[in-house]
Amino acid sequence: MSTVLILFCVLSAITLSTAFLTIFSKNPIHSAIYLVICFFSIAGHYLLLNAQFLAIVHIIVYSGAIMILFLFTIMLMNLNEQREVYRPRITRLGAIVSFCLICLVLITIFINSKPIVGEYTSTGEDYQSIKVLGKILLNEYMVPFEFASILLLVAMIGTVLLSKKEKLEK
Amino acid sequence: MNNILNQIGIENYIFLSVILFCIGVFGVLYRRNAIIVFMSIEIMLNAVNLLFVAFSTYHQDAQGQVFVFFSMAVAAAEVAVGLAILVSIFRNLGSITIDNLKNLKG
Repeated sequence: MSTVLILFCVLSAITLSTAFLTIFSKNPIHSAIYLVICFFSIAGHYLLLNAQFLAIVHIIVYSGAIMILFLFTIMLMNLNEQREVYRPRITRLGAIVSFCLICLVLITIFINSKPIVGEYTSTGEDYQSIKVLGKILLNEYMVPFEFASILLLVAMIGTVLLSKKEKLEK
Repeated sequence: MNNILNQIGIENYIFLSVILFCIGVFGVLYRRNAIIVFMSIEIMLNAVNLLFVAFSTYHQDAQGQVFVFFSMAVAAAEVAVGLAILVSIFRNLGSITIDNLKNLKG
């Protein structure tokens, strides 16, 4: 086994186990912390695939912005383990069964489609540095890029409007 | 580092993404806390992003990574609006257990 494969296995184990712990831990704050570790390991996968810029952006956006938002919301609502209500046992059993079935079906599909996946060839061409990504983003994807900025602006206005306290009617 | 997929194989990335996506679906079905449901949705989005980057490396094409940027922007907007909705639900109902939201039930 090469070192890259060992690294991939370790990162995958961290990703999957922390994703499970996110769902199973009773305290929402612990879930958020486990999710941060999961996002960091996914950034490690991006680094392994040699997409450095994407890894940095992933850490900034997910581990930085989104998880801080989650933590602030959890603290604002003052959630803790005592107030946690669980689904009835039959629903949880159904969730586990459907998880196993979805996994089985999707993995079987991808195992059977394996011959279609060909060999990997490397042309040595630069395709994922910041320079190339910036050129593609601002030439071919100019209009979606601007629409993304409009989307973020609208989301910001909507968030402020939604979370503003309503005035009591006199 | 150039022939990373020769050593790992695209199948391993496909299986990892599939299992991660299934964990997300499982979280949505298993928990009643709306915040954990949101986190599960984030896990699903990340599984798809990981597969996009893997196939972008496989095809030596930067467009997959550009799509991941847009999906990250949409995820950020979605989380901001969703958490604002959750906060206002919490103000009105006092809890965010999703089974309590049945005002529309006849």
